[in-house]
Amino acid sequence: MTPNERRNLRNGLLFISPWILGFCVFMLYPIAASLFFSFCDYPMTLPPLWVGVENYVDMACDKVFWVSLGNTAYYAVIALPLGMLLAIGLALLLNTKVRGMAFYRTIFFLPSIVPVVAMAILWLWILNARYGVLNYSLTCVGIPAKSLPPWLQSEQWAMPALILMGLWGVGYSVVIYLAGLQDIPNHLYESADIDGANWWQKTVHITLPMLSPTLYFTLIMGIIGTFQIFAAPYIMTEGGPGRATHFYSYYLYNVAFQDLRMGFACAMAWVLFLIILGLTLLATKLSARHVHYER
Amino acid sequence: MKLSTPKRIAVHAILIVGSCIFIFPFLWLIITSLKPVEQIMQMPPDWLPRAHYATLGGERVKVVKEPPLAEPSVIVVAVIPPRPGEDGPRNERKVLPAKSFRNGLAEIKLAETREAATIRVPATLEKHVPEAWVLVREKLERLPTDPGPPPRWDCVGPDQIETRIEPAWWNYRGAIRYTGYYEGSFLGLSYRLPMFVIYLRNTLIVAVFGVIGTTLSSALAAYGFARISWRGRDALFLVALSTMMVPFTVTMVPLYGVFKALGWVGTLKPLWVPAFFGSAFNIFLLRQFFRTIPHDLSDAARIDGCSEFAIFWRIILPLSKPALAVVALFHFMWAWNDFMGPLLFLTRQETFTLSLGLQNYQSQHGGSEWHFLMAASTLMILPIVVLFFFTQRTFIQGISTTGMKN
Repeated sequence: MTPNERRNLRNGLLFISPWILGFCVFMLYPIAASLFFSFCDYPMTLPPLWVGVENYVDMACDKVFWVSLGNTAYYAVIALPLGMLLAIGLALLLNTKVRGMAFYRTIFFLPSIVPVVAMAILWLWILNARYGVLNYSLTCVGIPAKSLPPWLQSEQWAMPALILMGLWGVGYSVVIYLAGLQDIPNHLYESADIDGANWWQKTVHITLPMLSPTLYFTLIMGIIGTFQIFAAPYIMTEGGPGRATHFYSYYLYNVAFQDLRMGFACAMAWVLFLIILGLTLLATKLSARHVHYER
Repeated sequence: MKLSTPKRIAVHAILIVGSCIFIFPFLWLIITSLKPVEQIMQMPPDWLPRAHYATLGGERVKVVKEPPLAEPSVIVVAVIPPRPGEDGPRNERKVLPAKSFRNGLAEIKLAETREAATIRVPATLEKHVPEAWVLVREKLERLPTDPGPPPRWDCVGPDQIETRIEPAWWNYRGAIRYTGYYEGSFLGLSYRLPMFVIYLRNTLIVAVFGVIGTTLSSALAAYGFARISWRGRDALFLVALSTMMVPFTVTMVPLYGVFKALGWVGTLKPLWVPAFFGSAFNIFLLRQFFRTIPHDLSDAARIDGCSEFAIFWRIILPLSKPALAVVALFHFMWAWNDFMGPLLFLTRQETFTLSLGLQNYQSQHGGSEWHFLMAASTLMILPIVVLFFFTQRTFIQGISTTGMKN
């Protein structure tokens, strides 16, 4: 190592030293400890006791675990594609050089900065089965009072209600897609125009392929986000009615801090981590064929 | 894409309808927060907040209306027999159907006795009230816990009640005071503040310290990763990036243990101290930016004998203000929103942040106090919206770059 290289190494490490310290204390140690705890019986008040894979076996036999996994998957499978479609649609509309684009963009974006607790409370009121303004609007468009959905009070409608609330916050993706759309070079559209392509053909053959890296990015972020949904069920439904909105992270929190089964909670967290990793890899594999990166 | 006029109109139409739908929950939030409590549970809902005024005891006051009387009635002062434990009879003003009052005797339903639900008691007539008149009570803008005389009331003709469109601004004062007060002292000066203000103070502490911490430490680390080349740098950066994939729930339980061991559980420290050690996302964001700054600048400074830290502090940081603003803004928003962190680590009311305070308030009083809940939610959303409007460009740029540079 030349003196120059040595000096650079020293300086580099010095600059990142705060991060290294934080990484060890707030990341590396917790990750290792969590893996260890996941093989232990650990009620927090007593030291962890090694029990091998018992937590993982218990998990496989735990009905609530499967229900919460199913609920989370249900939400992801419906809400993610729906949200992406809505966001792409809005982004395409906003990208058509209409006047007042900044204004529209602000309006669609605004809901996504609302703090989650405030959003949950606001939507509790909007979704209120008797006095909620949503059900009132439904009666206004002619839906009879008897067939109004009771939203958060029914097992059947609680999840759609949360999905609806989630769609309100779609503006964040709209902004990401808009940035992606504006990066598409104009000459592609110009040559398509010369070839006589119509709007639909241009969208399918130019816009979507060029946007695919962005779509892929938001898909992965969406998967990770969905599996960590916690505040909405905690505040709005407490996982109910029944177990209709028992989300994965909600159950995990309860297991850890209500039942004080820390070992089981850590095991659940690791399974969650593996699920997220697996889905991300899967998305990468699948998209390798469809995602188009320039260069 | 340039569009023909009919298509442009169609796009505008869709966007306008969409905007209305997206903006509506905000409108409903604000409308509800400004309605008097009696107006909240009205079906069909009223779109505007209203206030009623009537003359009570010669004074024009804000009142609460009851449904119109179904039959001719009387207002009497009845002598109510003492309940067990009371010294003697008490006089009480009551509205009764006219037919229940005859020969100085009033038939009164006693809520507290189950058998003999109706009794006859002596009473004196105050006035006759025709059918369809309305009982109005003075609207007291105070909390149930506040002291004060009971509201005055009377029956008046419907034409004597004046209704105005008037927002109930008092809801905001009520919402702030509703969670109670905190008494503390600072530098020997004792103070008494509404809990809501304490929540706000705590949120600001967490957000401001966090912003300072994460901006500084992430910039330092990003400089180390972007502007100095050393062996193992790229491998370590990959490690930093991969921590973004780890869900919070994985580290949650041991982190709780760490903070407990440090004696930080129940204080605000777990919420802002970790920010001083950088976060992968911010390091990534700043590194991307630092890499675009020409190396000639730092090389020239190095020749002039500048230390690496001086280059970072005097050259790179001033040039990176837009990127630092994005990091600061994102962290502020995140800290303002964070719910799970406060829920895990805070235990006492006086350490709660707005998120936790609002949730706590909702779970205790939820279901009826919608006007207060909406007012409190508005107070929590408003600063963020204002901040967004002032920093819109920075914000949109920040999101766009995170989306692109994957």
